[in-house]
Amino acid sequence: MRVLIPTERAAGERRVAATPETVARLQKLGFEVAIEAGAGSEAGFDDAAFAAAGAELVGPDAWATADVVAKVCPPTSSEVAAMRPGATLISLIRPGENGGLVSELAARGVATLALDCVPRISRAQKMDVLSSMANIAGYRAVIEAATVYGRFFGGQITAAGKTPPARVLVIGAGVAGLAAIAAARGLGAEVRAFDVRAAAREQVKSLGAKFLEVSIDESGDGQGGYAKEMSPAFIEAEMALFRAQCAEVDIVITTALIPGRPAPKLILDDMLAVMRRGSVVVDLAAAAGGNCTQTVPGEVVERGGVTIVGYTDLTSRLPTHASQYFGTNVYHLLDELGGAAAFKIDMENDAIRGAVVTLDGEVTWPPPPMPAPTPAPAAAAPVARAASHGGHGGHGGAGARSGGRGVGVAVATGAAAIALLGLVTPPAFIAHFTVFLLAIFVGWQVVWAVTPALHTPLMSVTNAISGIILLGGMLQAGSASATSLAAGLGAVAVLFATINVAGGFLVTQRMLQMFRK
Amino acid sequence: MVPETLVTTAYLAAGMLFILSLGGLSAQQTARRGNLYGVVGMLLAMSVTFVAPEMASPGRIVGPLLAGAAIGAWLAARVAMTAMPELVAMLHSFVGLAAVLVGISSYLAPAHAATGAERTIHLIEIFAGVGIGAITLTGSIVAWAKLRGTVSGKPLLLPGRHALNALVVAACVGLAIPFMAAPDATGVVPLLIMTGLAAVLGVHLVMAIGGADMPVVVSLLNSYSGWAAAAAGFMLSNDLLIVTGALVGSSGAILSKIMCDAMNRSIWNVVFGGFGAAPPAPSGAGAAAQGEVTPVDTAGVAELCRDADSIVIVPGYGMAVAQAQHPVRELTDLLRAAGKEVRYAIHPVAGRLPGHMNVLLAEAGVPYDIVLEMDEINDDLSDTDLVLVLGANDIVNPGAEDDTTSPIYGMPVLRVWTAKTVVVSKRGMASGYAGVENPLFFKENTRMYFGDAKKSVVDLVTALR
Repeated sequence: MRVLIPTERAAGERRVAATPETVARLQKLGFEVAIEAGAGSEAGFDDAAFAAAGAELVGPDAWATADVVAKVCPPTSSEVAAMRPGATLISLIRPGENGGLVSELAARGVATLALDCVPRISRAQKMDVLSSMANIAGYRAVIEAATVYGRFFGGQITAAGKTPPARVLVIGAGVAGLAAIAAARGLGAEVRAFDVRAAAREQVKSLGAKFLEVSIDESGDGQGGYAKEMSPAFIEAEMALFRAQCAEVDIVITTALIPGRPAPKLILDDMLAVMRRGSVVVDLAAAAGGNCTQTVPGEVVERGGVTIVGYTDLTSRLPTHASQYFGTNVYHLLDELGGAAAFKIDMENDAIRGAVVTLDGEVTWPPPPMPAPTPAPAAAAPVARAASHGGHGGHGGAGARSGGRGVGVAVATGAAAIALLGLVTPPAFIAHFTVFLLAIFVGWQVVWAVTPALHTPLMSVTNAISGIILLGGMLQAGSASATSLAAGLGAVAVLFATINVAGGFLVTQRMLQMFRK
Repeated sequence: MVPETLVTTAYLAAGMLFILSLGGLSAQQTARRGNLYGVVGMLLAMSVTFVAPEMASPGRIVGPLLAGAAIGAWLAARVAMTAMPELVAMLHSFVGLAAVLVGISSYLAPAHAATGAERTIHLIEIFAGVGIGAITLTGSIVAWAKLRGTVSGKPLLLPGRHALNALVVAACVGLAIPFMAAPDATGVVPLLIMTGLAAVLGVHLVMAIGGADMPVVVSLLNSYSGWAAAAAGFMLSNDLLIVTGALVGSSGAILSKIMCDAMNRSIWNVVFGGFGAAPPAPSGAGAAAQGEVTPVDTAGVAELCRDADSIVIVPGYGMAVAQAQHPVRELTDLLRAAGKEVRYAIHPVAGRLPGHMNVLLAEAGVPYDIVLEMDEINDDLSDTDLVLVLGANDIVNPGAEDDTTSPIYGMPVLRVWTAKTVVVSKRGMASGYAGVENPLFFKENTRMYFGDAKKSVVDLVTALR
């Protein structure tokens, strides 16, 4: 199979979807790799390096020859038209905004895997370009801020005077926010961060930043590790916090995004007004409209002495490593698809299904909801602990719930069975059968409550009471009408069942006496 | 002679006492009372049966009753706590045997003069009751032998064993036809043949299950013994037997489910999987577990104990085999006297019975409030200074969490490797029951303390004194 890596033609895009290293690894998966001449020049990889890694250098007209096209930006209409029907496209797509593109791809008969739609589950993290790119954007945001900030980040005391450390506020402690915290800390700044998700607190603290809180207790954990939109009361408290913080800090980095919606406005005009001259706001949500009211996407503007950086191409400003991460994500995706030999878009694979936006001429986006929404890829310890704790609650907790469902099914089945039996059997049997089902129900309820430490005594006590069968033996042996053989068998049954009863109860007694506090 | 209604009322009371008995086991504080309820219920049921209207000659059963009670008491008094699984398995076989005998006896008794649907149902009840009883009987005997070590713990995997089982089941069902068709007691021939086949099935089913899965088997057989009693209740039209059998049956089923969940396997996988038969995991698991082990001597472990503030002890089947629970208690007392926090972490499938470790530790006098379940303590292990693993292996295998090629991948395990230091007391480098290499032994913070568990702990106690 032939994989084509074309040159990115979108304005300002400097990344490329492969590096010489990933080209070599793709060949190990069995792919032939063709790369458009000059594709990597902006990212710091020259054609010779790709050729040395085994890629074939091709011209811009090679699209039709490719089985798989892997690129960074969504393709243009002419690029879609150049693809061979039945080929596979791997790229950022943003299907929510680019509905027209998605239908063109479907009409062309191209299978499309949107890298920005890879589900945010642990298993898929190796293909998650949003995470790998957010990491880069967060770092780069700090670098951009440092560039336009006319002061040091780290404080110094020198013979030429004393300079205080910069105070940085990071709003939104997702992958980008955490990367920004780490980078700002690395430069010596004093960092504080805010996030609505409970999971973020420990992560923020682990990076040495201060975690800001509002007094209202509301969890902002949403699906797939994103935050959800908060209540008006919470937003008001949050705004008050930001207003107070803006008067103190020198740098504000905002990363707040809610999937499928415009970015929430968090830094309002009045907050900008209280910021010191020379302060900087870097808005990582600029592409989604911006977290700051004055953000101009793609530009750096100054408002009342505050510089607002609205770059939407932060990752392209670090093209070499961004390409390396992007290319590795692409490699992992192609590996997950089975490599060249077993290449298959498996709609049963959770890690793949979410990313498939077109297949066999059909639009397959949005995907059906995942069976269980998982916490953020970098799932925080408190969340995981809470989950395992909640799930535990003794065997009874989880068990009783699933047990409850099982009983429901059993009762329904039982009722149906009784109805059927009622048609063909005598009433006496039905009465016994009802008792039988009710007893199972009671037993099921009672036994789930038994503490695990007492499972062995439970077993020996149930063993003892199952010796109740001795009643059967007694009745057989003592019956007036019994033949001597039947009576004899009954007597032997009584013997064994009694061993059981006596042994079971006494040994339980012995065991229970040993349990002491 | 008492009226029929009084008997029924007494049976109802006995049934309720049995339910209270199981309910009492939900907490340590009420457990002994629960057992007492069971005893009272049983005595009530027995004595009222003695004077029931259909009881013509109670004299015939006094002998077997007394003899049985004496044998039972003797067994219960002399069994060692470590041999509890064997005893329970053996007692299950008795219930199975009793069910078979009661069934055959009920068939031979001329009482079933009924006709039509009633007769058909009665015969089906007998047939099913005897079949379940026979499987329970022989299955329990094999489980008992496997637990004792008389029969190898290795699963016996005959070629085409599933087909063989299916064939036997089909034959059993097929035998029901001549049995039902027989006009009089001649139906006993197909009944006995079926009993024999079911007995073979019981042997074969349990033979194919590995020794490590015996806890599940024992609880499954516990369930079967309940269903056998319930079937006997149907054939004798006795509601108390039905109720009690159903209680026991669902109890055993729940225990089996709990154990299976703890091993992250389905009941089908346990019963039909022939687990442990696969040759020790190929490449993946083997390769992952290579490396250097760091041995440690008694003085070294004593030093580690002295330095630690919080200690967690993880007992496994090895502790039971070595009968090390009493020295372990002494060790616990010493460490607690020195002001250290000592706790126990119990994995749900540690040992050979559900709750086996709890019973052993209780026998040795370890307070039960420092004995914690896996889920209660797993998150605390990372804050623990020292973990002592005593004769446990698979339940502390990190491969279950991170090695997808491991046969036990996905099984919940105690994350002992997150503690500051782990000391593993073990006879040698042999793998556990699952036959899987344990990468824990090669971790940097793991020390291997080779030797018999009991001797090691005794030495340790001496060194700490």
